[in-house]
Amino acid sequence: MTLLKHELRQGWKSLIIWTVSIGFFMAICVFMYPEMENQMDGVNDMFSSMGSFTTAFGMDRLNFGTLIGFYAIECGNILGIGGAFFAALLGISALAKEEQERTAEFLLTHPVSRVRIITGKLAAVILQIHMMDIFIFLLSVSSIAAIKEEIPLHELCLLHLSYFFVQIELASLCYGISAFLRHSGMGIGLGIAIVMYFLNIVANISEHAEFLKYITPFGYAEGADILVNTSLDMGKLLPGIIFSIIGIALAYWKYTRKDIQ
Amino acid sequence: MNAIQTVNLTKNYKKSRGIIDLNLSVEKGEFFGFIGPNGAGKSTTIRTLLGLIAPSSGSAQVLGMDIRTDRENILSRTGYLPSEAIFYSGTKVRDILKLSADLHKKDCREDAALLCDRLQLSLTRKVSELSFGNRKKVAIVCALQHSPELLILDEPTSGLDPLMQREFFSILKERNSAGTTVFLSSHILSEIQHNCTRAAIIREGRIIACDSVDALSKANAKRVNVRGSVHLQEGDSIRNLKKSDDTVSFLYNGDIRLLLKMLSEQNITDLSISEPDLEEIFMHYYENQKRSVPQL
Repeated sequence: MTLLKHELRQGWKSLIIWTVSIGFFMAICVFMYPEMENQMDGVNDMFSSMGSFTTAFGMDRLNFGTLIGFYAIECGNILGIGGAFFAALLGISALAKEEQERTAEFLLTHPVSRVRIITGKLAAVILQIHMMDIFIFLLSVSSIAAIKEEIPLHELCLLHLSYFFVQIELASLCYGISAFLRHSGMGIGLGIAIVMYFLNIVANISEHAEFLKYITPFGYAEGADILVNTSLDMGKLLPGIIFSIIGIALAYWKYTRKDIQ
Repeated sequence: MNAIQTVNLTKNYKKSRGIIDLNLSVEKGEFFGFIGPNGAGKSTTIRTLLGLIAPSSGSAQVLGMDIRTDRENILSRTGYLPSEAIFYSGTKVRDILKLSADLHKKDCREDAALLCDRLQLSLTRKVSELSFGNRKKVAIVCALQHSPELLILDEPTSGLDPLMQREFFSILKERNSAGTTVFLSSHILSEIQHNCTRAAIIREGRIIACDSVDALSKANAKRVNVRGSVHLQEGDSIRNLKKSDDTVSFLYNGDIRLLLKMLSEQNITDLSISEPDLEEIFMHYYENQKRSVPQL
């Protein structure tokens, strides 16, 4: 509990900055919707006829003219990328920052087992992702209510839930890598998030690359699929859960036997 | 039971030497010195004892507990003062002391307040704004506030001004007479000579001498610098003789009265007799090692 509190205290500034940035960016987009809705017929035609650009972002299957269609694309980009970056950074820095900032010597010469440190830090990462997602979800719901649109709660929940899983998966993978690092892994964390995002775009464009959807977490967070099926694709989510478990297991395996410099 | 006991403790790093076949025993209640130049393996030894790094081979017990399996119990009864005191940025002194006490699951506010008062450390300052010496004080309070049975200090006085050093050592002596074992690692010989009862000398990962400080000091040579026209011969008591224009410098290891008598008969204009630096003491022990195996 001491560790968890300590971690949250260390991270609250960055949590607030990321949450507020993503949350308000999304709210602004929602507020722009009524304005755009009037001219939406033309926009919808334009967006659905841009060839591979359209397929890349799943806009061939989404109706930009409805709030939820508009929201799925907007959500996919802001919460998808922003949330992924935040989660990856959280995960990659959790363990490595102690050695990078040379506080590891302080922390690890206290009577706390390595297992408890790994667990405490992991709990802090997951808790912070929860806090961000809950705040953003509430902000989204209120902003939709504010523009007096009907709230598509079921779809909204599914979209947000899928991005929550994306963040948990990326954070867990990065957490596992973090155990191996002695210096800042920010580049690695952001790199993983970006590569995963692009793998999904590649999978959208090329039918031969469909299998990539089972590798990248963005595969199960595809707005178009979620809205068409009104459910999450368990076939794609399951590999994601397995990757997360592997990441976490790797962190425990490595950090309990690591020499601290 | 010994406070620290290592048997052939070895740590190899991938690229560099760590420590080799280290056999060390520190009795409970001792004020033990651990001397060696930078990079000799002092910190590696300490970090291994504290479980920050795993030994490559050999074994070690701290307070009767195995360092591989009983890390948490060892750490809960040990206070550690690192050579470089670095804390979480953005935290206040009070937060760090509270965090350290919480991790020990103890309420140390009384002890902390006493120690801060003696070391003149303000609780409300931010650690990132503190000077090196003041950060060191924070680390000292962290090491002492939970009243550990064993204190492991890695170059504790760096950054402290002389007055603070004196206060610090008087705290250590109080703790030591109350029964706390003190393991003091340092490259400053006088610190060890003035405070410790026994000491070990480490060089290039190996312990080359371990004895009472008195015995080690007696074996120590003095560095003598003489100005004037002096005729001396290297011998058993005079070694490392260096001559330049009108000065002569040598290591003297013998009866100091004989030296003075000999010098007074010659035409000298200036004389200084000083403690040799650590490197010279190592040379002394290295020469001993060549002649005979030192007592370990």
